[in-house]
This record gives sequence, C-alpha cells and structure tokens, in this order.
Amino acid sequence: MNKIDDISGTEYKYVGTRPVRPDGVDKVTGKAQFGADLYAPGMLFAKILRSPHAHARILSVNTDKAEALDGVKAVLTYADLELGDGGHDLEDDMNHVLENVMARGKALYDGHAVAAVAANSASIAKRALKLIDVEYEVLPHVTDIEKAIAPDAPIIHEDMYTQDMDPKPEKPSNVARRMEIGHGDIEAGFEKADFIFERRFRTEAAHQGYIEPHACLANYRSDGHAEIWCCTQGHFMVRSACAALLGMDLSKLRVTASEIGGGFGGKTTVFIEPVALALSRKCGRPVKLVMDRDEVFRASGPTPSSVIDVKIGANKEGVITAGFAELWFQGGAFPGSVIDLGAMCSFACYNLENVKAIGWDVVVNRPKSAAYRAPGAPMAAFAVESALDDLADRIGIDPIDFRLKNAAEEGTIASFGPKFRRIGLKETLEAAKASDHYNSQLGPNQGRGVASGFWFNFGGTTSASIKIELDGTAVVTVGTPDIGGSRASMCQMAAETLGIPYEDVRCIVADTSSLPYSATTEGSRTTHSSGMATVYAAQNAIGVMCSRAAMIWGIPEDAVDWKDGHARPSGANAGDFEPMSLAEIAKKAHETGGPIAGHCEFEAGKVGQSFGTHIADAEIDPETGFTKIVRYTVIQDAGRAIHPSYVEGQYQGGAVQGIGWALNEEYIYGEDGRLQNAGFLDYRMPVCSDVPMIETEIVEVPNTGHPFGVRGVGETPIAPPLGAIGNALSHAIGRRMDTIPMSPPRVLEAVNGG
Amino acid sequence: MVKVHLWSSARSVLDGAESLELEAKNARELLQRLGAEYPALQPQIEKGVAVSIDGIIHNNPSFQPIDDDSEIFLLPRMAGG
Repeated sequence: MNKIDDISGTEYKYVGTRPVRPDGVDKVTGKAQFGADLYAPGMLFAKILRSPHAHARILSVNTDKAEALDGVKAVLTYADLELGDGGHDLEDDMNHVLENVMARGKALYDGHAVAAVAANSASIAKRALKLIDVEYEVLPHVTDIEKAIAPDAPIIHEDMYTQDMDPKPEKPSNVARRMEIGHGDIEAGFEKADFIFERRFRTEAAHQGYIEPHACLANYRSDGHAEIWCCTQGHFMVRSACAALLGMDLSKLRVTASEIGGGFGGKTTVFIEPVALALSRKCGRPVKLVMDRDEVFRASGPTPSSVIDVKIGANKEGVITAGFAELWFQGGAFPGSVIDLGAMCSFACYNLENVKAIGWDVVVNRPKSAAYRAPGAPMAAFAVESALDDLADRIGIDPIDFRLKNAAEEGTIASFGPKFRRIGLKETLEAAKASDHYNSQLGPNQGRGVASGFWFNFGGTTSASIKIELDGTAVVTVGTPDIGGSRASMCQMAAETLGIPYEDVRCIVADTSSLPYSATTEGSRTTHSSGMATVYAAQNAIGVMCSRAAMIWGIPEDAVDWKDGHARPSGANAGDFEPMSLAEIAKKAHETGGPIAGHCEFEAGKVGQSFGTHIADAEIDPETGFTKIVRYTVIQDAGRAIHPSYVEGQYQGGAVQGIGWALNEEYIYGEDGRLQNAGFLDYRMPVCSDVPMIETEIVEVPNTGHPFGVRGVGETPIAPPLGAIGNALSHAIGRRMDTIPMSPPRVLEAVNGG
Repeated sequence: MVKVHLWSSARSVLDGAESLELEAKNARELLQRLGAEYPALQPQIEKGVAVSIDGIIHNNPSFQPIDDDSEIFLLPRMAGG
C-alpha cells in the first residue's frame, strides 16, 4: 500500500515502509564476513606490544631476540613508520595519528603500542612480544582532568602551549586550546534573572562498546600494490591514513570494508591497519591483526571525560535570561577532544538572548579519544538539562513547558551562530507532553526526568553509482560502510526514484578502487548524503533510459518523461507510443548503445539538524543504590524516516547506550595510571534484561534540502539520556545528581545525604 | 560586500568586533580573503573551519555560492560520530 506523506502530500511506494533488511539472513546465519573472518594463503598473525606505563620515556627497543624466534617473520617499531605526504582529507592531525599508532620517544598511556610482531601463529607472535626488550624511564602521569590542569601537573607534551589565548602563555601546559562561542551579554542577562542555577558536573569516559573488536587483513604485494580488508566506518579514510603513513600512492592501495559489528564513531580512525600493512610490507606475506577486548579498551578511543561548570538564569515567567557553560574535555594523550562540538551543542536547543560557552581541550595520560555518537553533546546536555530541570522546579513550571517556552525554532539565532532553518524541537516537546508515558503515574521510589538534545548532522564528499541490469533489476554502489541499515534505505530510495520494486534493487558497499571518494560514515550523514547521491545517480540513469526510449521511438530525447518505472512520450508525442518499462529498455541496452548506468559524485550539503526529547522513569533501591530504568521514551525528528524500523532501532540503541553511560559505564584508573576495568565483566554495559522496551515516536519535519526530507538520526538519541536519567534520579532521591556514572555507590551516597 | 560573523574566540583578530565585511562570491574566496586580510586567522583556516551560509553548515567549504545578503558564520570544523 502506498504511503502518503502527511506534510507534503507526496505519495511514496517504498520510502517510509519496512522491508526486510538485505543483510539480515547472512548475519543471523553467521555467514556475514566481519573484519576477522577473512583468510589468505600464507597469512601471518600479528600481535602488538603495549606500554605497561601511563607515561614513560622509551630509552631503547631491542627486538633481536624476538626476530630470532622460529616462526617470526617481521618485527615493527616506530622506525618503520614515517609520515609522508597525504592524509590531508582527514580530520585528525596525521602526526598524532602516527604517534598514536606506534609510540615515538614516549609512551603516553597504558596500552600505547610500542612494537608489533607478525608470525606463523598467534601464539608464536605472543611469545615473541615477551622477547622484545623495552627500556623505559617511568615519568609522572596524570589521568584526571582537574589534576591535569592544576599548576603542578606533570606536563605531557613539553612543547604544548595553550592555543588561542591572549596573551600567549609563556609556559607549556596540558591545555591544548581554548575556544568560545556565544552572543549577547551574559552578565546583563543574569542581572535580569529571578532564579539562578550554578553547579559543576562531571562525566567519566565511556567506550563505544562495539561488539566487534578492530580487525584487519593487510596484503602488501611485491609490485608495491596492496589491499586491506577491515572493519571500519570509512575505508577511504583508512586508505588515506595508511597511504600517508607508508608513503604509498592512493591508487596502489585498495581497501575493502567488511561487515561491521558496531562502530558508533569509534571506527572513524585507524589504530591497527597501518601496523598490519607495514608488517606485510616488511615480510611480503598477508598479515591479519585483531585486537582483543583488553586492547580495545586500553588502546582504541573512548569518549572524553568532562568537567562542566554551568550557570543558567531565568525569570519568574519561565524565560531563560542567560546561559553560561565552561567545559573541560580530555581527549586522551593528544590534543583534539571534541570540545568545539561540546561547547556548540551546550545550548543549541534554546533560544537565548545572552549565551556563552567556553571550552578547554585538555590532554591526559589516557588513550586518544575517538568520536562516540554525537561527540560532546551528551556531556554538555547532562549539565544544561539538569540545570533546566532544577530551574523549572524552582519556578514552578512543568519542565516540558519550560523547554517549550525557550525552545529554538526556525529563525532562532543558535548559540553557535547561524539562524536555524526549519527544525522540529518544539514538535518533539509537544509530542512528549501529550504522550501516554508523560501522563502516567509513578510508583514508589521512582522519579521522572525529561531532557532534550541536539546534533548538527553532517554532509560531505559522497559518491554513488547505479547500474541497470539486462533483466530490469538494479545495483546501487555506495562508498559509505553500512553501520545502521543504510543499504536497505538506499534500495528504498533507488526503488522509489526508478519506479521498480524494492526487491529488484541491491546495494553494495564498494571498495576504494571501485568508486570515487566517499567520506566516512559518521555524523549521521549516510542516509542523507549517500541517499542523495543514490537518488541523483538513479535520476542520471533515468536520463539515459529516456534517451534510449527516444531512440527506439524516433522522437527527441526531451519529448520523453519518466513516471512509475516507465518512459512515456510527452508533449506533441503523448499517446503515440505505449509506455516502455525499465525492464523493456534494459533488455535492449546492448542494441541501443551499451550498458545503462548512472552515477553521482558531489559534496553533499543542505543538511537538516536534528532534535530529540526523552522521558525516563527511574526507580531506586534506597538500601543498595541500585537503579532500574522502568520506562523510557524517545521522541525525535527524523525529517523523513526512510525505513522506520531502522530509525526506531537508532533511537532505541542511542537510549540504551545512554542508559549504560548514565548508570554504570566508566573508565577506572588506578594510582599507577593503568586502566583497571578493561573488559566487559568490569566495564558494565547494559544487556537486554537491564532495560525496558524503549518506546519511540518518530516526528517528521522534513529537511527541504533532501529529496525525501531526511535529516539523519544516529547521533541525536544519545544526547538526552544522561540528562533525562539524571533528572529522573534527582527526583527519585530528592537531591541533584551531578556525576556520571550515577552508579549504585553514588546513588546510595546521595540517598544517605552525601 | 558580505557580512561575516566569527565564533567568539576567533574574534580576537577583530579587536572584539563580532563581524567584518568583505567581497566574496563563494566560500573558498571568502576564506582566501579572510586569510589574506587577517593573517592571524590563517592558521585556524588551514586547520579547518566550517562555513554556515544561510543556516546551512558546510564542513568542507569550497565553491558554495554566497549572495551579498547571505548570512555567513565561520565555525570550527566539525568531526566524528
């Protein structure tokens, strides 16, 4: 049955429906090939030696004994990797990527790679690691933000002076950079406030927790060409980084993205791929390298931990008069935490006359942080949404009404600068207010919290092609790995555009040699950007098919229209010929000029920002401090849900990850600077029995910049949970919770008045 | 002439002014002129900036057209997710 768009009245046949996912059968039958699933003849197994120290000078690395071990084919140290030209398309500083992939001079965190071995078996490689003699000079370390910015902190990079300071600092520090956004006069705004909330909030680092560890197979051939198979969110990114670190031409390196067992932002950079490739180059054999879970925790990138001071003022009428936040994010041992995004997201939900956010990028002796769903937004939202909740209580206004009164809408000057175009925050708040959940009763020891959240959504360089087969089916090729169901969405958009059944379209993710450049799957950009590219490629193919029909009919090309999967003569020729189906045109392709295809390579813009509002009910056990989330609802503007089941899945996944982060997940460092809980037994992620069924409501305020109105949905659902659950717990306990995770000991302390 | 707004910490090069005016027909030209006229901004531009044109944020600013009455904001470049 066709679906009628409620807003535009457009009738869609496939967009907005819920077809069976194309990758489902392979995944549930174990046939899908993930990063570690590929084998090659003569393949070696690699292992990485990691620093046991949080901060240490590497005085020497002696690999003689390891190299002499039977079965060892190559040993790698920093000397084998050197930054050449390239990598300019990547967001990371390549010098930092290089140093993170293999320590140079200093080990900067527990788990920092120091050397690597490729051998006939994994056990031989492990034994060889023990034969590598590394001489360290252990240095004082710091893993905590507040200690790292103290005047007596051990300095991690002697040459790092805080950037964007006036005057420029005279001494090095662990603060890489300062940034500030905002407008208006916050002091004047606070003068007008009847109520002011001011408090410090803290959040610990959380790992993305993808179920599949980083894994790759690299094969450097004797002719200087190479291939990498790996699980990644961006195989073009992997190609650029590896080519830069190994001094290769881009065209000589072909990277294929495997199926991926989760990424959530954590697979938007390289950790092991350059190591495997360099080992393969050294010994001339294919090399497989797979991280174990301990390595994933210790040496891949979690989200930053944060310290946030927030101050918000409001008048008796419930209007926010000023908002101020100062945020410190640690990005691990290298500059580049997502402080800009955190500061920009802080107040993005609200229409504020006076607003300022100051961000500080801090380095500590921890692994280099990586993106994690809406990077920076959840921590900022925790502080700001907690403040709003407290103010609503004191003003005596419903927390949703308070947000509605101050909500950003079309034309609002965002705290980070530009005016918003059409956005759907108010619609999510109104839906929350009207929901069954919000109007239900709470039980004993339960509290309810509400919070809103924001994400920009990205566009970026994108390519897609589509080929029409002789039998009238079509294959779409994209360059963005499918981490959230994008292949099904591409098929739906292609089917809708071409006018053929969903089942007749297949979508594959092509390797880097088979399709022009595509940026990484990140920032909620894929259904938007690759979706646009797919639609434009399909339109391109339709143009070819119209010209073939014109040729067959002997009429001008511009006298042919395309509708419902058929070429139709139009204008003066209308009705002269029977419409010709896509299958009929495809069948004659070889007689009318050759294969039929369409393609699109472009810079996807016109993104539509996304907002969501969450409602959380939490129940505490006052004797143990245990918290159970008893009900949870996600309401978010998707623009247009191409495949509503996938959209709901994104909402639910973001909420569950947020629940874990809010209640249990944290990086725990010992006095020695070593990570104490590098495994799922001690790093407590929620499982199904820990969470209720997450209720969802899709709001659709279409993004007019996308052919079908898509905004992108993957990031925003993790922005509100910390705030929503913090507010729920604060109401259940009767005290404001200000530290994430709100684990049982912290809840118990709050219950007991601590 | 187009009016260009900078994010707060980039405004130090303008002695605190919130915006400046210059001639530019597209985002690339805008960044080239900004870098030339305000050399203190050049390192930030080289590091990466986003340009918002009438509310649409371009993380890879290039030849996106700019009208004289366009609302232009320079923002830190965004990444991740």
